[in-house]
Amino acid sequence: MLSKDQIAQRIAQELQNNWYVNLGIGIPTLVANHIPEGIDVEFQSENGILGMGPFPFEGEEDADLINAGKQTITALPGATYFDSATSFAMIRGKHVQLTVLGAMEVAQNGDIANWKIPGRMVKGMGGAMDLVASAENIIVAMMHTNKRGESKLLEKCSLPLTGVNCVTRIVTNMAVLEVKDNAFYLIERAPGVSVADIEAATAGTLVVDGDVPEMKL
Amino acid sequence: MALNKLVADAKIALEGVQNDMTFMVGGFGLCGIPENSISEMVNRGITGLTCISNNAGVDDFGLGLLLQGKQIKKMISSYVGENDEFERQMLSGELEVDLIPQGSLAERCRAGGAGIPAFYTPAGYGTEVAEGKEVRVFDGKPHILEAALHADFAFVKAWKGDTAGNLIYKATAKNFNPLMAMAGKITVAEVEILVPAGELDPNQIHTPGVFVQRIFQGTDYQKRIERVTTRSKS
Repeated sequence: MLSKDQIAQRIAQELQNNWYVNLGIGIPTLVANHIPEGIDVEFQSENGILGMGPFPFEGEEDADLINAGKQTITALPGATYFDSATSFAMIRGKHVQLTVLGAMEVAQNGDIANWKIPGRMVKGMGGAMDLVASAENIIVAMMHTNKRGESKLLEKCSLPLTGVNCVTRIVTNMAVLEVKDNAFYLIERAPGVSVADIEAATAGTLVVDGDVPEMKL
Repeated sequence: MALNKLVADAKIALEGVQNDMTFMVGGFGLCGIPENSISEMVNRGITGLTCISNNAGVDDFGLGLLLQGKQIKKMISSYVGENDEFERQMLSGELEVDLIPQGSLAERCRAGGAGIPAFYTPAGYGTEVAEGKEVRVFDGKPHILEAALHADFAFVKAWKGDTAGNLIYKATAKNFNPLMAMAGKITVAEVEILVPAGELDPNQIHTPGVFVQRIFQGTDYQKRIERVTTRSKS
């Protein structure tokens, strides 16, 4: 099984040169620590920055400079700041090539749920609905099962949806999967995890085509 | 001659606010919030408010202060985590909440200020957000119709401003402020640095003074940080 940081490391392998990338809160944020050698990407945070850099040095935090997770950040040379309408114009207008975000559930048709548990947790969708409705590449970063051990890869989402038919790729602590033709296609296994383990942890339709390689981290 | 928008303080800037009005309040989290105007709303004890703001502050700061006093009837926001009192009032039904996608919220404010009554967006199609909204297909993709938002007052915070109401924001404290500034019937801007008209470079102004009715020098800024994250120098 992968750690959260290893999930981020595996997702970082999907980055392509000259992409603008939006990273969600949680595991996705860690992707920025694993950019492969020779790949140039620029990170967008939807509260209004392109060219987001690492956390500031202690004592150099600026209350006016945060990311969408409300963490203090820095700006890299060439960064820009903009208002929220411009920020989502970049997103809806497909000027940002990749979105990485977390999820509570993903369905085999690409539906995603990550913003609400009725009667229990209602924090709001933030920018997630705008992001999943428009991004051409959406990678979901999540654990394969929830805290009760239940699969998060389902035939149909049970929680209120964030977006429909939008997720194309999922990286979990157990596997890399592609979402197409109303099924989860198993692309890679985490080191030491068997196809049978993944089948057991996947409630939706899992397609296993030939030998499934182990991830290289 | 530039028109003069200067007022002495928050108290005068908020003259005319009443119970049951709709307010836009700039900021993202606690970043770029109009701290002085919020304090003045608390002081005035106005109630029954509808607040349009991306977030609802934290328990003891920002709009959380108005929630504590039960001054807000309805929130229109995109993300309201980080506030226990908010969650309690919402789950108990005391507080009405309309959650809408962040990009739609931003564009609805912008549209309100720009004279665009509504627009289509793909965000929220197929979700609870789309319920009761018109759906139309463009280029094979379904979109939902979202209406512009308006407010009796918009409260915004800028870094620098001049007596003509021209505003310059700093870093990510810009966020919703320029959009809400456009959409208020009366827009009240508070600034950290106030200068006479003519001192700001017209090339650098983010919000032209035409959108601002009242401007004042803010005081005692706390500029709290929700999540201090740092790295070590070694």
